[in-house]
Formats: sequence, structure tokens, C-alpha cells
Amino acid sequence: MNRITLDLWVGIFVAIGIGALLFLGLKVGNLGSSSVGETYRLEAKFDNIGGLKVRGAVKGAGVVVGRVAEIRFDSVNYVANVAMDIDKRYKFPRDTFATINTSGLLGEQYIGLEVGGDPEMLKNGDTLKKTQSAVVLEKLISQFMFDKASGDNGGVKK
Amino acid sequence: MANTPSDPTDPGSQKPAVPRRKAAGGTGSGTPKTTAPRWKPHGEPFPSAPRPATFAGKLICALRNLGHRVTSAVWRLGFASRFCLAILLNSGTALRRFHLTVREIYFTGVLSLIIILVSGLFVGMVLGLQGYDTLERYGASESLGVLVALSLVRELGPVVAALLFASRAGSAITAEIGLMKATEQLSAMEMMAVNPIARIVAPRFWAGVISMPMLAALFSAMGIFGGYLVGVKLIGVDEGAFWSQMQASVDFREDIVNGVIKSCVFGSIISWIAVFEGYDAEPTAEGVSGATTRTVVTSSLAVLAADFILTAFMFRGT
Repeated sequence: MNRITLDLWVGIFVAIGIGALLFLGLKVGNLGSSSVGETYRLEAKFDNIGGLKVRGAVKGAGVVVGRVAEIRFDSVNYVANVAMDIDKRYKFPRDTFATINTSGLLGEQYIGLEVGGDPEMLKNGDTLKKTQSAVVLEKLISQFMFDKASGDNGGVKK
Repeated sequence: MANTPSDPTDPGSQKPAVPRRKAAGGTGSGTPKTTAPRWKPHGEPFPSAPRPATFAGKLICALRNLGHRVTSAVWRLGFASRFCLAILLNSGTALRRFHLTVREIYFTGVLSLIIILVSGLFVGMVLGLQGYDTLERYGASESLGVLVALSLVRELGPVVAALLFASRAGSAITAEIGLMKATEQLSAMEMMAVNPIARIVAPRFWAGVISMPMLAALFSAMGIFGGYLVGVKLIGVDEGAFWSQMQASVDFREDIVNGVIKSCVFGSIISWIAVFEGYDAEPTAEGVSGATTRTVVTSSLAVLAADFILTAFMFRGT
């Protein structure tokens, strides 16, 4: 086989190889839209973050507006300090309320932002004042049991 | 060991070792001096060693053979490392006269396309069927795309493509180089002052390193397409959920780039083992066939072991 034919075949091979990589990157990995361009940093303190992870989603009204950038333990106040990178296109009022939610019954945990009514907007490096911790299923169950037990006791006493 | 200084077999076991070491360097001196590492003749470890029929003698014999096997394995490992260094030092020609490498990419990469594409398609289709069967029990059949894509991009794509590559292309490289050695083409090249490592070995090595990531990416892409065919077209999983859940869960840096890194590592391991086994083959028909078998076995095991190590480093569970 002469060199021109070889080069042609190898060229086709390399082209479809790169095509497959592009397919994986764009169609499977969704490189085009997942890489948020400009972001700004917000912080929030939670009593309990549950199973929240770095790179978890931050959603406003169910739409992904950013990612969790960093999770630290604040050893002075004994709370979790969560830093979020929010897309520059989206602005939130200063009294925005951050909650940790679970997608589905057993799905991943994400931070939901619930918008307040303050006319001033959050800036880079601001801290969200109002937060709600993750719902820990065991706590919920034990609370329910405790309430139930105390309720029954009250019934007996009467 | 069990040997005491008064053991009569003890000096006997050391005596043949001295001429053997001489022979290891001596056979190479027949060929002209080049940068190419010399090869060591294979064969019986200690043909002249006395073998008493007593139990202790048999035990010593077995121990001695074990020791010989270990030392020869370590010796081969060292020689292989030196050989790898020689390839890297002599790969200037392969990259400067790139048509040599292009020719080898044709033989290792382009001719492996059919087996990679077809098996990728079938692996993806099987994943689609089995994954649907399992996910359906938990009512999560929409996650089929995630399962197919993650398992292919992270593990199956690089590993299965590497195993196929080792048996399709690695064995061919070993047989070719081994046969060149058996027919003394390599020696003839050395006589003409052509370095066989630069002219023959390095282009094949680099062709393997270049082809492997492409083949793995094609395998994964084909597999995802196969999973799509079975999951969406045949079973009827919702097409939007299939793709959107896949896109939400597959991370470019974490999953796809790590898969490509894996396949690059596998490509260099396979090519290295293949060219080394070919170069180190005993120059007989039997030796070449044995070297080809060893290439497939060793490189498959090396790929799986390397996969474990790489996975342990890459996916530690965030």
C-alpha cells in the first residue's frame, strides 16, 4: 500500500477518534453548558449540611444557578461554612433564604435559594443571613416518636 | 535457606552461576556494538547441577528453580525498563520521520477499528439490557443513560478496548518483531548501522500510544450509542431523560478526561510489553509463539492491575 492511501486511512482514523472524543465531551459530558463562565462567591452557615458535597448544585426555583465550591467546619461557632459559586447572570436579593433540600426521596442534596424582597442585591463575598439545615431523617423519626410517646402519656394521665 | 555450609550441593549451585553470567554478556558480543540492549539466552537454569534423589535434594532443587525464576523475572523487568528508556531515547527518528509511525498507526489503529466498533456496540447494548432490568426494579429506569455512560467512559471503554487492543495489535507487534529477529533482519540492520530500536521498535511503540486513546473513545461512543439503541429505541426509555440525566451526571474533567488518561497509560503499557516481548523473543518459531502468548497474558494482567491503581487514585468518592 502506498503512502498516500496510508495517510488517508490514518487521517480518517484520527478524525473519527477526535470526533468520538468531541461526542463524549459535548453530548455525554455536556461540556458546552455546564462550564459556568463568570461567577461570584456567596457564603452561608448551616447548623447541619447533611450529605451536601462539593460541586453539588445550587438551585433557584429549581434551576441550577451555581455550584457548591467549598465546605469547611467553623470551629469557633461549630457550624458548617459553605461557599457557593453563583453564575454572574443571576442576582439575588440580600434577604435570600438558603435551604438544603434533597432531590427525590433518596437523591442528591442541593442548596435551594428562596428569594426575599430586599431591593439590594447580594455581592461577591456576602454571607446569607438566613439558612435552614438539612433534614436528618433519624432526627425527624425520633422527634415523631417522642411526640407520639409524650402524647400517649398525656392521655393516660388524664 | 536449608543449605548449611557443609551441604555438598551448595558449591554446585554456585558453580554454574559464574559461567552463566559470562554467557549472558558473551553472546551479545558477537553482534556489533550499538546502543541496543543485548539479549540473554533463555534455557534450563542449571543443567549440570547435581540432583540427588533424596527428599532434601528434591527440595533444594525446587528452591533453586524457584530462586532462578524469581531472579530471571527481576532480570527481565530490569531489562524491560532499560529497553523502555532506550525506546524513549531513540524515538527522535520515529517522530521526525513521522510516516514510519503513520504506517504503524495504520496497522495497529485503523485495522483494529472493526473489532473495537463492533464490540463497543454490543457491550453497550448488553449494558442497556442488563441495566434496564436492574434499574426497573427500583423504578429508576430513566437513569439508564447515566449507568451506560458512566460505566463505559470510566471503566469499560478504556479497559475492554485495551484488552482487545492487546490481543489484536499487541500480539501482531510481538510476532512481527520476533520474526524479524528470528530471520536476522534486526542483526542485518545493525550491520548496516541502522539502529533497529529507532527504526523498528520506536514507531510501533508510539503508534500504540497514539492509537489507544482514539480506540477507547470510539469504543465508549459506540457503546453509548448501543445503549441508546436498546434503551430508547427498543425498550422505550424516555429519550429526553436518557440524555439529560446522562449529561447531568457525567463530568468532563472527572469522568471523560480520566478515561482518556487511563487509555493513554494502557496504550503505553501494552505497546511497551509488546515490543519488549518481540525484541526479547527467542529467535525460533517456538520462541516467537511463546513471546506472542506472553504479550497477551502479561499485558492483559498489567492493564487490569494498572486499572485498579488508577481507579484508586482517580475516583476516591467525593
